[in-house]
Amino acid sequence: MSPDAPLGGTGPLIDVHAHFFQAGCGRHDWDALNTSRLRGGARIGITWHVASVLGSWGATSPVYFQSPRDTAAGNDAMLALQRGHAGVVRSYVAVNPNDTAAACIEIDRCVPLGAVGLKLAAARRCDDPLLDPVIERARHHGLPVLHHIWQHRTRHWPSQDISDGADLAVLAQRHPAVSFILAHIGGGGDYAHTFAAVRDVPNIFLDLSGSGTDRGMLDDALQAVGPRRLLWGADITLCTGLAKLWALEAVGLDDAQLAGVRWANAARIFPSGAFPGLPDVPDA
Amino acid sequence: MPNEPVITAAAASHTGAAQAGDTQAGDTPRIARDVNTFIGGYPWRHIPHPEPDVLVRVLAREGVRSAWVGHLPSAFHRDPSHGNAQLLAALEPHRGTLHPVPAVRPGWPGWRSALRDGVARGAPAIRAYPQLWNMGVGDAQLVRLAEGCAEEGVALLLTTRFEDLRQRHVLDTAADLSAAHVRAIARAGTGARLVVTAAGREFIEEVHWGLTPAERALVTYDFSWVWGPPTDELASLVRTLGPEAFVYGTMWPLRLTQGPRANLELLPDALRASMLAHLAM
Repeated sequence: MSPDAPLGGTGPLIDVHAHFFQAGCGRHDWDALNTSRLRGGARIGITWHVASVLGSWGATSPVYFQSPRDTAAGNDAMLALQRGHAGVVRSYVAVNPNDTAAACIEIDRCVPLGAVGLKLAAARRCDDPLLDPVIERARHHGLPVLHHIWQHRTRHWPSQDISDGADLAVLAQRHPAVSFILAHIGGGGDYAHTFAAVRDVPNIFLDLSGSGTDRGMLDDALQAVGPRRLLWGADITLCTGLAKLWALEAVGLDDAQLAGVRWANAARIFPSGAFPGLPDVPDA
Repeated sequence: MPNEPVITAAAASHTGAAQAGDTQAGDTPRIARDVNTFIGGYPWRHIPHPEPDVLVRVLAREGVRSAWVGHLPSAFHRDPSHGNAQLLAALEPHRGTLHPVPAVRPGWPGWRSALRDGVARGAPAIRAYPQLWNMGVGDAQLVRLAEGCAEEGVALLLTTRFEDLRQRHVLDTAADLSAAHVRAIARAGTGARLVVTAAGREFIEEVHWGLTPAERALVTYDFSWVWGPPTDELASLVRTLGPEAFVYGTMWPLRLTQGPRANLELLPDALRASMLAHLAM
C-alpha cells in the first residue's frame, strides 16, 4: 500500500455518525478537535462526514437536554462547518423533542440551509408519542433519523433519558415510511439485545460506530439484519471506526455488500443529492 | 492492501475460523509481540473461536511475531491451577509463537511452586487479577507475588478490565483494577516489571506521574483502550511518556485485533515511526 493511500481503502466511505465541536462548547481545543477529525478522516478516506453538534456540548445546557437557544446555535455551527468544508461535511439537524413546536420549527429552518438528516439524542425516551410530530417533520422532508441508543436499557443512567433498541423499534413501527439509524452498536450496553430487538423492523439500520470493538459484534449484527441494514460510522473515536472498517473485510460480504455498508446503504436512505459525487441509490 | 480479504466468505464458512477482526495488516512493519491475548471462553458472553491455532493465524495476518497468552476462564476460577495446566498443554504445539502467561493467585496454597512451574515451562510473565480476588490496594500478597516475579525474572501482568463497564452482565460486578493498585505494587520496591493492559489515558497518566522515575521505568502499558483522533490521546501519551512506556496488546479474542493497529496508523508520521521502531524490538 502506498503511504498516501487511504487507510480505509479507495472506495467511497460515508461516516453516518460524526460529531464536531463549536466555539461555544466550553472546550478551548474545539477547533483542534475538528481539525483532527477532518485530518483523520482524510487519512482513513472518509468521503463524507455526516455530523451533528449537540447544542453547547454541556456548556450552557446539558448535552442531551439542550435548550432551544443552544439547539439553534449548535445547528448553526454545524451548518457553518458544512459550508466551510462543503466537499466532505454534511449536517444533521439536532433537536430536543421536549419542546416539540420549537423542534419542528428548527427542522424546518435547517433543511433549506442544508441539513440532510435528523439527530435525536436522549432528551426523551423514543417510544413516547411526543416524538411523533418531530418524526413527521423528518418524513415530510425525507430525512433519516439518527437516534442515540443505549444498547439494552436495564436501569436509569444519569444525564440522559435513554432509549434502547426495543424502544426504537416501537417508534420505527409507528413510522414505517421513515428510516431510523440506530446509533453506535459499539457505543455502550449490550448490543446482542439490540440485534434481537430490531431484527424484524426493516426501517431500522444499525450504525457500527462507537468505541466498542468486541470480536463477534459485527458478525452478529450482519446475521441479525443483513448487509443492507448496516451503515459504517465512527462516532467520536476514529481509530475504532477504522478497526471495524478493516474487520468488515472478514465478515463474509461480497464487494457490492461491502460497498453498501461503506456508503451505498446510506446513500439509499438520505435525501437524493445529499452526497454530491456519489450516485443516488434507489431503494429496491 | 489492508482492505483485502484474507479469508474468503466461503473459506470462512468452511473453516468456521474467520471472524470479523481477522484481516491482514498488509505491509505494516512487524510487531514483536502481542502481550495481551487469551485462549478459552468468557463467562459473560460468547466469543468466537478462542483457540490457539486461530490465534496463530491471526498473528500472522496482523504481522505480529509472537504472543503472550493467558487462559481466560482461569481469571474467574477460585483456583487457577487447572486452567494453567490446560493453557500449557494447549500452547505446547505452538511453542516459539505462543508463550504461556499463567495466572498465579498469591496466598493460594502452593502459589510459589505454581509460579516456578510456569517459569520453568517458558512463561515470560505471570497474570494476576487483584480485582477478581478481592485484593485491595496495597495487599501484601500482591507485593509478595511481585517479589516472586522479580526473583524469577518474569513480568507481572495486570488487566484493568475485560469489557466496557456499560455492557457487563448483571452478575459481573467486580470493579475495574484501580490505578492505586498499580501504584502500590510499583512503589513496593520489588523490582518487578509490571505490564498493565486495557487501561485508559487517565489511568496511565495517574500511574506514570504518580511514581518516581525509577519506579515508572518498570511499568509499561498496552494502548488497547486509548483513543486516537480526534481526541488524539495516544499521540499525547507518546509525546509525554515516550514510546518506551508502551507495549502492543490487542485483547484477542475479546476485542478486534485491528484496534491497536488502527491507532498506530493514525498517529502523526514521526510518532508512528518511533512507536513502530520500539514495538518491533
